[in-house]
Amino acid sequence: MLEIKNLKVKLEEEDKQILKGVDLTVEAGKVHAIMGPNGSGKSTLSYVLSGKGGYEVTEGSATLLGEELLGMEAEERAAAGLFLAFQYPVEIPGVGNMTFLRTAVNAQRKARGEEEMSSAEFLKVVREKAKSLKIDAEMLKRPVNVGFSGGEKKRNEILQMAMLEPKMCILDETDSGLDVDAMKLVADGVNALRSEGRGFLVITHYQRLLDHIQPDVVHIMSDGRIIKTGGPELALEVEKNGYADMKEEVA
Amino acid sequence: MALPQARQDATEARISSLTLPEGGWAEPARRDALARLRAMGLPTARDEYWKYTRPEALVAPEATVATALDSSEAPLFGSRDRLKIVFQDGVFSPGESDDLSLEGVNVDRLSDAKDIHWAKDLYGTLEARGQDPVARPLATLNTAFASDGMLIHVTGKPSKPINLIYHHTADRSDAILHHVIKVDPGAEVTILENGPAAARFNKCMEVDIADGGTLHHIRAQGRDHDRAAATHIFARLGQESVFKSFTLTMNGRMTRNEVVVEFKGDDAKAHVAGACMGDGAFHHDDTVFVTHDAVNCESRQVFKKVLRNGATGVFQGKILVKKDAQKTDGYQISQSLLLDDDSQFLAKPELEIYADDVACSHGSTSGAIDEDGLFYLRARGLPRGTAEDLLTIAFIAEAVQEVEDISLQEELVERVEGWLARRRG
Repeated sequence: MLEIKNLKVKLEEEDKQILKGVDLTVEAGKVHAIMGPNGSGKSTLSYVLSGKGGYEVTEGSATLLGEELLGMEAEERAAAGLFLAFQYPVEIPGVGNMTFLRTAVNAQRKARGEEEMSSAEFLKVVREKAKSLKIDAEMLKRPVNVGFSGGEKKRNEILQMAMLEPKMCILDETDSGLDVDAMKLVADGVNALRSEGRGFLVITHYQRLLDHIQPDVVHIMSDGRIIKTGGPELALEVEKNGYADMKEEVA
Repeated sequence: MALPQARQDATEARISSLTLPEGGWAEPARRDALARLRAMGLPTARDEYWKYTRPEALVAPEATVATALDSSEAPLFGSRDRLKIVFQDGVFSPGESDDLSLEGVNVDRLSDAKDIHWAKDLYGTLEARGQDPVARPLATLNTAFASDGMLIHVTGKPSKPINLIYHHTADRSDAILHHVIKVDPGAEVTILENGPAAARFNKCMEVDIADGGTLHHIRAQGRDHDRAAATHIFARLGQESVFKSFTLTMNGRMTRNEVVVEFKGDDAKAHVAGACMGDGAFHHDDTVFVTHDAVNCESRQVFKKVLRNGATGVFQGKILVKKDAQKTDGYQISQSLLLDDDSQFLAKPELEIYADDVACSHGSTSGAIDEDGLFYLRARGLPRGTAEDLLTIAFIAEAVQEVEDISLQEELVERVEGWLARRRG
């Protein structure tokens, strides 16, 4: 599904290398988790994959279903099936949540040469999916993320994911700012989307999200590299001993 | 005090290019205005009030050439049930207009109203009141020389809006229109205005709203690129009355829109808003002066300007709260979205408050499209252009939402979307 090879990335505006050769493959149907301390490059990886400006790829490649992502515009990556659930979803005053969702769904369909969704069909689908995420009609009407609580913003991200039906989902610290109940709701939303044809990359600091979204593979990232890969037990090890031991191990 | 020679010469040059309509009840007001105009003189670039907008094109004896934009777009407000009043290059065109009779309102043509008329007490009166503390000579010139206009007396709640439509065809047309609108106690009306009007347009609207009266005013200034316009609204508000005015401006080489609001009765509301879209040779000036001289009144000024390719936007807005105007709620915001480095926004927000129990706030900002918002939309699959347009529409939304009627909001936004789409090719 997603194949990252020797990815090296620096900041565009200063001579600072963030990713120093990342290798990672996420298979269809699998959930991979990346854990790592602050500043290890986890969020940068998610931004570079989704096409945010401000980074320069100096080496390596990242392909989605065999297609090279790194030369594409952000919207082309989205249409190709990549989805990033933001750590900090952006507030967009003046744009209604529903308008935004419909525009996004139809823009992607159009880019893929598919027929646009009719208003009636869209409404039906969005109401159904919103309901399971406990997103009410009022939240759908309000401007995108404006005045939403932390939990509402993250649920809104998962609703977008559910509507856009991406092939590869990256969740960037989706657990940050969530209480236990909200985390469970978000995790249920994600788990409902798990399927054979879809891959997940879950970025997180803490083990607790992984109690709810059970990963198949766990990677530890440190200083711009994946330093260790293993099964779910790796997350428990981090929870117990922290990252320091692992870094020493590698060194 | 004698005027400086240059100003006097410029004023006389303009006066000599015009003819003061004689006879009828309005003549004394016109002669009074002419005397006032001679005393104050037309504005020059040195005047503080014209610091950001050069008045030359608006005061010159002749209008400069402005060709009417050939557009295939359906006319704005065209699908609505409304009372159409059409002007062709500043001249009332009965043939294109509806019959002027409508229940709840009396409409007369200024030039036809020969006898003693209700408008006698208002024509030039509100304009003259609006000259203090800042002179507005182009409005005074209008009072003296206006060649046409409508006198609209709202006695009830007419079933449909009144639509003043300004067609422009002649390349050098120089139109001066003066409307007087009187809203009786408890009466309510919507006035729509659209069209470029003329190569150069000077329009004055005097509005007197009695206790409990409501006036909704929605205006779209025409899209002709080279047109110039100076417009004034003088509104006087009675107790518990409501005045809501919104203006959408797209294109236009030179536009100066002045709005002067005076709260006369307590518990009244005035919302003045505008959005403008400027590309290239575009200069747009909103100058607003709100005077609170009554208790517990609410005023809002909301202005949004989208500027690109060297376009200029100006905002001069003032809230004056007099000493007895306690419980005043005043709000003022002016913002520009600069789509490139060549465009500029010049703002002079002012508060002057003499009462001690008031809530007034104001703010002014300039900025580019929000990059984080843009990335967020693109990451969801919106092409860059679509995302930029969506954010641009979102930017003007606060101003457009001052229009109460949702269907009018939507119609105005559609126009802006069309404007943006044409620029995407």
